[in-house]
Amino acid sequence: MSKETEILEEITGSEYKYGFTTDIETETLAAGLSEETVKFISAKKNEPAWMLEWRLAAFALWKTMTPPQWQNLSIPEINFQDIIYYAAPKQKKVVNSLDDIDPELRRTFEKLGISLTEQKLLSGVAVDAVIDSVSIATTFKSKLAELGVIFCSMSEAIENHPELIRKYLGSVVPVKDNYYSALNSAVFSDGSFCFIPKGVRCPMELSTYFRINTANTGQFERTLIVCEDDAYVSYLEGCTAPTRDENQLHAAVVELVAMENAHIKYSTVQNWYPGNKEGKGGIYNFVTKRGICMGDKSRISWTQVETGSAITWKYPSVILKGNGSVGEFYSVAVTNNFQQADTGTKMIHIGKDTRSRIVSKGISAGKSQNSYRGLVQVMKRADNARNFSQCDSLLLGNLCGAHTFPYLEVENPSAQVEHEATTSKIGEDQIFYCNQRGISTEDAVALIVNGYAKEVLNQLPMEFAVEAQKLLAISLEGSVG
Amino acid sequence: MLKINNLHARIGEKEILKGINLEVKAGEVHAIMGPNGSGKSTLASVLAGREDYEVSAGSVEFLGKDLLELSPENRAREGLFLAFQYPVEIPGVTTINFLKTAVNEIRKYRGEAAMDAVSFLKMMREKSQLVEIDQALLSRSLNEGFSGGEKKRNEVFQMAMLEPKLAILDETDSGLDIDALRIVASGVNKLKSPQNATIVVTHYQRLLDYIVPDFVHVLWNGRIVKSGTKELALELEEKGYDWIKAEAIS
Repeated sequence: MSKETEILEEITGSEYKYGFTTDIETETLAAGLSEETVKFISAKKNEPAWMLEWRLAAFALWKTMTPPQWQNLSIPEINFQDIIYYAAPKQKKVVNSLDDIDPELRRTFEKLGISLTEQKLLSGVAVDAVIDSVSIATTFKSKLAELGVIFCSMSEAIENHPELIRKYLGSVVPVKDNYYSALNSAVFSDGSFCFIPKGVRCPMELSTYFRINTANTGQFERTLIVCEDDAYVSYLEGCTAPTRDENQLHAAVVELVAMENAHIKYSTVQNWYPGNKEGKGGIYNFVTKRGICMGDKSRISWTQVETGSAITWKYPSVILKGNGSVGEFYSVAVTNNFQQADTGTKMIHIGKDTRSRIVSKGISAGKSQNSYRGLVQVMKRADNARNFSQCDSLLLGNLCGAHTFPYLEVENPSAQVEHEATTSKIGEDQIFYCNQRGISTEDAVALIVNGYAKEVLNQLPMEFAVEAQKLLAISLEGSVG
Repeated sequence: MLKINNLHARIGEKEILKGINLEVKAGEVHAIMGPNGSGKSTLASVLAGREDYEVSAGSVEFLGKDLLELSPENRAREGLFLAFQYPVEIPGVTTINFLKTAVNEIRKYRGEAAMDAVSFLKMMREKSQLVEIDQALLSRSLNEGFSGGEKKRNEVFQMAMLEPKLAILDETDSGLDIDALRIVASGVNKLKSPQNATIVVTHYQRLLDYIVPDFVHVLWNGRIVKSGTKELALELEEKGYDWIKAEAIS
């Protein structure tokens, strides 16, 4: 029967169902952050000297910086010395074959709906599985290699493709970009690297699944995707974490580079543990994501469904440098209970005839606060730049807040910039109408919310869209009536 | 099928229904008429379970169950359908998707297996022909941007799909031109069977030219003040409501 119905059936009675912990022997570094920490991580990964130097420079810079204060979030003070910067499941050694993965880890990912057995996987998706600080497996590597596609963990990339990493790492998000990007540059432990060579259309979805397992650990991953001329890739990212009373930090950096006529589609379903109903625990998700449309007619599309995390601070952006390039941002951000989100995008028009489109759908429930913050910047030389922004907010209940902060900076008179915004509430009339047709209130909310977010959900690859629909429903459970 | 006994209902401090008595049997069509503000729509809403109204006295039995004890969704699942006077818009949710959810929720309640996509689409095609609704309309967001006539036709289509035991049509004729009225009424007539019953709530007699009632009740000031057969509706059309008010007071 229909996926929707299955979804609606599944949501009844479930809360955060990824809150379990895997009991596995883990190698953890003591909490604390110093040059020694940075050196330890680098040594652990057998990194070349240039990488260590890069990290140390980042660390030195970070020490001079202070956390950003402009966001509409109340962030408790974070003691960076209390965080563990490296935790890795003890594995026999490097896994050369997927069969060598620790069965306990395999089970963990299976529980999360991610199979690390290639035969069982959806044939169209290759997965890189990251737990705490390290990548434990990447599927379909050899098949992709036949096409010249590189898809591996960041650690492997540093070892095997140093020329590409040296060229592109930090080229889109400079180390000094912000407090969290500098921190990430110093202590990042793993992540994914994708390289699609000229003219190749990547035949499967590439995906990274991030899992935080160990308590008090911060996850700092780094993702870099490079698409050469005329190449295409669709990349998916999913994340979950166990239920814990303490807050945990996740500070990732994602960089995308699209050369001439290349297209990168980056989709995220973010479901970090959001904290409990009283607002205790949850992940602080401070992420810097940025892509550059380097070549003419290139295109970068960000799609995100943000349902988790206690605090989200995240602005996937596009620098439209190539003439005729296109940037897109489609977002659904849900906050419930005491969650806070300050999320949006930046579209920087530099090239001529560049276009950008922003569709943001905020959904606030409980006592949560949900802000959209977006910048559309049209530089002097960006003739005929166009932007369309649509920012909608949906409120459930009377105790939550929705805020919109759109910034426009236009320096070229030929620009066309449009901004539309709406705020609505789920009406009792709508719910009663659904009730009268036999649909329960909980299911009615799921139906209405999914309808509201449809334009964004439609951008997701099919399997993810279904997952996202379920998540929306679960995240809002108990928020009405 | 439906037994309403001395039903009182209020909104806030204001009592609107002041003792309604009505019995509806399977196979019957009842028309409830009355001037504006007499409580017609309130009665429809109270039966469907809208929370704005508080039932202060009386009882309602529906197919042997205490209707007032049931949640609105369970009333629907038991077979009570309300065609809304003002159908609600739900952006991004197609009528098809909406009804698929509704049909399967009702089936689940009755312990039946969910309907598969093929049977569902087949049923949809048949019913859309029956009530003469354009299939293209059903792929659009529910009621969003629909004309008044399209909304009402969609209500009757939903009624056809959900196959209720008791359908309450709340001012289904309001805002319809004569052609739309004829189509809507013919849909309702086609759905009539000896097993189900219909309550038509209306202000004007003209709908009753097309949906011929077995009984006509006049509601005034929260009570049914006069009951009769379809001739009563014609009399009302001719003389207005004043003589009934006068009769009721004396």
